[in-house]
Amino acid sequence: MGFIDRLVSRVVGRDVSPGDIVVVDIDAVYAQDGTAPLVIEVIEKELGAGELLAASRTYFFIDHSAPAPHVAAATVHREMRRFCRKWGVHLYDVGSGICHQVVVDEGIARPGMVVMGADSHTPTIGALGLYALGVGSTDAAIAIAYGRQWVRVPPTVKVVLTGRPPAGVMSKDIALSLVGELKTDGMVGRAVEFHGEALKCISMDSRFTLTNMCTEMGAESAVIPVDEVARQWLESSGLTPFRRVDYNPSETQFADELTFEVGRVEPAVAAPPDVDNVLAVGEVEGTEVDQVFIGSCTNGRLEDIEVAARILRGRRVHESVRCIVAPASKKVYLEALRRGYLQALSEAGCVVAPPTCGPCVGAHMGLLAEGEVALATTNRNFPGRMGHKDSKLYLASPATAAATAVEGKIADPRKYLQG
Amino acid sequence: MIRGRCWKLGDNVSTDHIISGKYKFSAIDSLDSMIPHVLEEVIPGFHEKVSRGDVIVAGRNFGKGSSREQAPRLLKIVGVSAVVAKSFAHIFYRNAVNIGLPVVVAQRIPEVSETGDIIEVDLESGVVRNVTKGFEERISPFPREIAAILKTGGIVEYIKLYGAPPWLGGTG
Ligand code: SF4
Repeated sequence: MGFIDRLVSRVVGRDVSPGDIVVVDIDAVYAQDGTAPLVIEVIEKELGAGELLAASRTYFFIDHSAPAPHVAAATVHREMRRFCRKWGVHLYDVGSGICHQVVVDEGIARPGMVVMGADSHTPTIGALGLYALGVGSTDAAIAIAYGRQWVRVPPTVKVVLTGRPPAGVMSKDIALSLVGELKTDGMVGRAVEFHGEALKCISMDSRFTLTNMCTEMGAESAVIPVDEVARQWLESSGLTPFRRVDYNPSETQFADELTFEVGRVEPAVAAPPDVDNVLAVGEVEGTEVDQVFIGSCTNGRLEDIEVAARILRGRRVHESVRCIVAPASKKVYLEALRRGYLQALSEAGCVVAPPTCGPCVGAHMGLLAEGEVALATTNRNFPGRMGHKDSKLYLASPATAAATAVEGKIADPRKYLQG
Repeated sequence: MIRGRCWKLGDNVSTDHIISGKYKFSAIDSLDSMIPHVLEEVIPGFHEKVSRGDVIVAGRNFGKGSSREQAPRLLKIVGVSAVVAKSFAHIFYRNAVNIGLPVVVAQRIPEVSETGDIIEVDLESGVVRNVTKGFEERISPFPREIAAILKTGGIVEYIKLYGAPPWLGGTG
């Protein structure tokens, strides 16, 4: 039992247990320009749907290849715009930002919801105390057409974060350390629920990084029940819970429970070829890189841009490196602009890109050539993810990324963040 | 009953391995143009070597990574009739059920099987067999709705046949 089964029980009006297959109303559905084309095809060609019961709570995002890098993408985007106009589906067009960030910024995702996203990193939004399930295109199409979908209630593993993150250690380092320990299949078939005193000093921006990376442990979903930090954030964002869920974790029996001391975490790096190949930054320090990318649904939020700006302000991006920064959404972009972060980054020699997934998925705005090495704040370092199959990709926090941009080789950010 | 030659793969085969993300946009209109690239980095020339009815047998966390549904669709198109693995990434699992590609969880079969063995998957009686090795393993039955979807060949076929998804009839 965990928060997700309490929430699903509340939605279906009877007690459910892990493993149960139940049908739920889907409170919001979304898809992006990688998955939406097939959603459209299933709805219009395969199903030949006459009406879409969930059209008013469906959201399409043009974020993976935005603005269009080639005619094929432009054609997909044109189809998405046509579909949205025809069916009354909400569209967030080029420049709006990455789906998982925009649903948060716009108050589309709210505590207590059941949300399906046609993207594997949908569990990111579970940091808002909701049940987020990543699905494929046909699943999303059915949810959009019928407003309901089946879910298998996942067993929940409680992850208790104790201690306090040391200076220079970001939630990305905690997440990478967890993936390093649990491995990429450590949470297959399970949901992760975060608890523990360390959460008190982990901001909402940082929390989304934690839940985002649960996908890389194979978790079906991830959640952080609403606590004081979340309540204050909700209030300042003018958001209210969608549905209230009575939940007392201390009375709950979890499928498993593990404790993780964050006070001992060091800046971490996932070396190629997989996300669980995690090392302390010291072990790869000095590895030369050709490109640094700061952005994505993992680490393109305001706090991430801020720490990068703090390190790069008054310094220069190393001459052998191109450093690309893409805020995760228009809201993040504008706030980073207003606070002078983007100017500092641009003056330091970074390329400030529009809100987009861009290089994260090797779509555009910074692909790698054969043999090139990059360090990115993204969530996957599979071979070829960012370009040529024989390029290499290291994953790290925005602080490590900024320090690496300065030195032209993988660097420990702590020396830039003291005092 | 499903019967075919085994293609043995390891743990953590991702949807990127099955079909790399870079082909998604170049082939929006037809999955056909992606066929040459199916599993190309894992088994070079797979699309030519695979025959209709073949079964993929893999380790843990099959289909991890991106939610791209092109992955199971392409496996089905090139002729794969079922995937047997120790565990599946949940999005791949759902996608495969939706498009009518049987996905079967088994623990011992992946350990004893080798490429080229003859594999039988009997969903009705809940058994997977490695005929070559003379080994069989019982599998847990599918929940009613999933069995119904697989039986009709996918959720879209089911809806065409019965007018609505199987659960709108009663479960809940
Ligand atoms: S930023 Fe990367 S991981 Fe996140 S949704 Fe976009 S492509 Fe996927």
